[in-house]
Amino acid sequence: MLEVRYRTARALPLGRPETTAPDRSGILIRPADAEARLTLRVRDPGRSAADLLLDRPINTVAGDEGRWIARLGPDEWLIGTAEYEADALAATIAADLAGKAHALVDISHRNVGIDLSGAHAAIALNAGCPLDLGEAGFPEGSATRTLLGKAEIVLIRRPGPSPRYRVECWRSFATYVHGFLQEAAFGVGHGE
Amino acid sequence: MLLIACPYCGNRPETEFRCGGQAHIARPADPTALDDDAWSAHLFVRANPRGIHAERWCHAHGCGRWFNALRDTVSDRFLETYPVGAQPSRSIETEARA
Ligand SMILES: [Zn+2]
Repeated sequence: MLEVRYRTARALPLGRPETTAPDRSGILIRPADAEARLTLRVRDPGRSAADLLLDRPINTVAGDEGRWIARLGPDEWLIGTAEYEADALAATIAADLAGKAHALVDISHRNVGIDLSGAHAAIALNAGCPLDLGEAGFPEGSATRTLLGKAEIVLIRRPGPSPRYRVECWRSFATYVHGFLQEAAFGVGHGE
Repeated sequence: MLLIACPYCGNRPETEFRCGGQAHIARPADPTALDDDAWSAHLFVRANPRGIHAERWCHAHGCGRWFNALRDTVSDRFLETYPVGAQPSRSIETEARA
């Protein structure tokens, strides 16, 4: 538990986030800063835990950039929050679900986030993601596990009218996923 | 692209799924009472129909849930998907009449 209680600065596989000017595609691809992620598995969750709404449609996300919760399946949620809040949030969720069989695991070191924005961001994602990312198929507030190329990702569309996406992948896939997205965005910018 | 209707997520691309073989195979309640032939038949012998087949599928790169599907092995068309533990509303007989 030492590691959990006294978090040290983490070296991220894609380096520290830096904002680069979007290229001709207008798509901004930015590695997310270090963030805490929790995965929650519980069969009969009740309405909410730690003020996070669990009883929501499958494949949707709620919250803001600071703290969000995505329901990925009938009994599975992925939660993101600021790194310093991880222990307190996990403790609150566990307390609210006390008495219910559940699994709450800190996966902050496994997950890497990449933020995508720009009018054509969906086109770059569709270079490797087979989902229908149109307004009807994947509206704002959608979130699901899916594939990008050969890697499994969780794709989140942030609330708001302009397309903003978060791609969550496993750490060992991060360089692949990041490179894939950059190449796809380059292709969008240089297509006819 | 072939779409498969996950009972939890709706229509999703086939590449997110894994097939788990024939569905509705009940494990014998008392395996020790079976002789070798009956046990090997339970373990290894599967139907291989030309036509409608009940299969287990897993939405591996999605919600991660197992479910059942009726698939036509000739056309690769999915007739129906339904949760584990449920029975399909169609069968070889209803489809033959249709
Ligand atoms: Zn599913």
